[in-house]
Amino acid sequence: MANSAHTAHAGHDDHHGAPKSFWQRWVVTTNHKDIGTLYLIFAGIMFFVGGAMAMVIRLELFQPGLQFVDPQFFNSMTTVHALVMIFGGMMPAWVGLANWMIPLQIGAPDMALPRMNNYSFWIMPFAFILLLSTLFTGSGAPAGGWTLYPPLVLQGGDSFPMAIFAIHMMGASSIMGAINVLVTIMNMRAPGMTLLRMPLFCWTWLITAYLLILVMPVLAGAVTMLLTDHFFGTSFFSASGGGDPVMFQHIFWFFGHPEVYVLILPSFGVVSEILPTFSRKRLFGYESMVYASAAIGFLSVIVWAHHMFTTGMPLAGQLFFMLTTMLIAVPTGVKVFNWSATMWKGSLSFEPPMLFAISFLFLFTIGGFSGLMLAIAPADFQYQDTYFVVAHFHYVLVPGALFAIIGAVYYWLPKWSGHMYNMTAAKWHFWLSTIFVNVLFFPQHFLGLAGMPRRIPDYSTQFADWNMVSSIGGFGFGLAQLMFPVIIWNCVKGGAKATDHVWEGTHGLEWEVPSPAPYHTWESAPSEALIAAGSPTGH
Amino acid sequence: MLRKPGSLCLVATLVAALAAPAAHANWALNMPKGVTSMSKEIYSLHMSMFWWCVAIAFFVFGWMIVSLVKFRKSQGAVPDTALLHSTKAEVIWTVIPVVILVVLAIPATRTLIKQEDATGTQLTIKITGYQWKWQYEYLDKGVSYFSTLSRNSDAARQLGSGIDPDSVPNYLLSVDNPLVVPVGTKVRLLLTAQDAIHAWWVPEFAVKKDAIPGFVNEAWFEVDADKPGTYRGQCAELCGRDHGFMPIVVVAKTRDEFEAWLKSQQTSQKQASAAGASTTG
Repeated sequence: MANSAHTAHAGHDDHHGAPKSFWQRWVVTTNHKDIGTLYLIFAGIMFFVGGAMAMVIRLELFQPGLQFVDPQFFNSMTTVHALVMIFGGMMPAWVGLANWMIPLQIGAPDMALPRMNNYSFWIMPFAFILLLSTLFTGSGAPAGGWTLYPPLVLQGGDSFPMAIFAIHMMGASSIMGAINVLVTIMNMRAPGMTLLRMPLFCWTWLITAYLLILVMPVLAGAVTMLLTDHFFGTSFFSASGGGDPVMFQHIFWFFGHPEVYVLILPSFGVVSEILPTFSRKRLFGYESMVYASAAIGFLSVIVWAHHMFTTGMPLAGQLFFMLTTMLIAVPTGVKVFNWSATMWKGSLSFEPPMLFAISFLFLFTIGGFSGLMLAIAPADFQYQDTYFVVAHFHYVLVPGALFAIIGAVYYWLPKWSGHMYNMTAAKWHFWLSTIFVNVLFFPQHFLGLAGMPRRIPDYSTQFADWNMVSSIGGFGFGLAQLMFPVIIWNCVKGGAKATDHVWEGTHGLEWEVPSPAPYHTWESAPSEALIAAGSPTGH
Repeated sequence: MLRKPGSLCLVATLVAALAAPAAHANWALNMPKGVTSMSKEIYSLHMSMFWWCVAIAFFVFGWMIVSLVKFRKSQGAVPDTALLHSTKAEVIWTVIPVVILVVLAIPATRTLIKQEDATGTQLTIKITGYQWKWQYEYLDKGVSYFSTLSRNSDAARQLGSGIDPDSVPNYLLSVDNPLVVPVGTKVRLLLTAQDAIHAWWVPEFAVKKDAIPGFVNEAWFEVDADKPGTYRGQCAELCGRDHGFMPIVVVAKTRDEFEAWLKSQQTSQKQASAAGASTTG
């Protein structure tokens, strides 16, 4: 084993590696690792921008009455917070992780389309400069909700076309990123790396890429129709011209529902990597994990109208979308059971990535439970557009997707930087995050059930107590996240030298390259024996 | 550096908030049972879903917690590396959830069918959502009026008004002209909107339906005959700047009181239009 790892080092090259000039290294780069790093840094900045907006929201909701912001600005905050977090934080973070890890995991020297890789990254900063600059237009930033429902969204002033164009740019970037992942996985796998030897992170990203290519053009179509309704006299979504505002919701959610799986599927992949490592036992039920992921991907495109039970759908439509939505619980349950079985009879240790993965397991499952409740159409008439929904999707996106991203960074950071990070600080980061995220979002279930609608800047005094608790949780969670860039920075600057395998129980090709991963890896393909030994099933 | 004083300030506020007996102490945790047969049915559906989730959580989390406690490396646990797959287990944990879902789907479907059955209604009210108020029209009764946020709430909710929301009765949940309905009567609602999409929601009735410009949606409720009273709700679909400030108040009266109220409204609205006010809205 030690021998094969040693020979593997021959296929990696640092000597004519990273270009010296900043321009060549970071601007016109086609290296998957550097582009991955750029994506991750960008996502990190966006998490803090979106987080600052969340702080404004929680500050205004700290007490009843309007103390700090105008209702219109409040609506802009909720709208832009969502757009920034989804398109600027989560998605680039996953594309960054895919860039870094997929070539390493499948034994490829780089992504299949390196120039497009560069292009798809560099669209993002411009898209977000455009989106965030709407904050400074006379009419303020978009305030109609990230779901952009007409006719309300058409009332937006100068910010409206700017936001649409920004969404087009993000969409183009995502489509290119997805194509790149797809082509890389399909064409660049090392000989012997069959599809069913791929790590789950590659599998879930493959399914994610299909979903993105399927739905991002639909979003582009929807927002283009908004644009022509506003500027060119069409009436796709206006009843006065024969259109239908609810049709927008159908088109939007045909994008929007798969989109939430775009954010969560790679999380499933990451958790399926971390749990086996720190359980010192391979993933339980690898093949059923793959099929469950594919089933979730398929179901995600036939459930969209469960976001629209109150729009007055016919009974048959409501029944269909209720039943298909409930069905998602089956493959998701399979995943949770497989993860539990992975830990069962393992030998568990609790390094920071494992802590975040365990937290994911518990808290994502809570989000799954509230999702199951929301699927029940008649009950959804009480839940729809309340804080119960806010609590639900924040449970799946924050301790769900975000914790998986943080866990992934803590898992692979030593491989990237070549140094171990400060474990004590990272554990503090974990405990503070996990405690405050529950203080922040758990009371929102109560608020929603008690009758508090979402997207309101002020509320009746009966909601005051839990809102104050939630805000305190929000501030705590926000402050705790400031630890993350500091820990990463210190790790990049120095620290104990990381071994090639970094953690005791690792399997997979990414651990067979030196730490830090050289600028060029897998220039010659790994041996089949190495691939088989590193595969999730061990053969 | 900038954050520190802020966080200290928050801690101080928290301590003050917890120490002072809150005038509005209301740590409500759950959905109201409501005052219609539909709302009670939905409440019990909600609670049965909740208890199913608790039961599943007890099992799943219990399993995880046992692993976390029992199989720790620090306790000398040795991994069972052969435990990779079990067709039997995987079939069981696919089939059991399917059975549970079927058990849940049956009552849910039954309730949904009942909820969509708007036949046999005795009174029809057309509701139109505007930015940011509601209009109620009693069809064929010649009664129609607007319902907007009450003045004292509106004054208190202005940015930096200095008015303590606790001093305003039913802050943000009171209106000038509430909707008046009879108890023990199946009331049909026709919902539409003028500008943006709104949603009319009264939690005690378990009615939430979008009001969409250019389209008419239908909903219904029947307040229990022994439950006259005042019920409050809010717009539940983001509809612009003052979305949070267009509450719904419904006063449910006994049939006799309702008829008397309707008559007085008809008389006063007729007089108003006779006096030359052509816009009776």
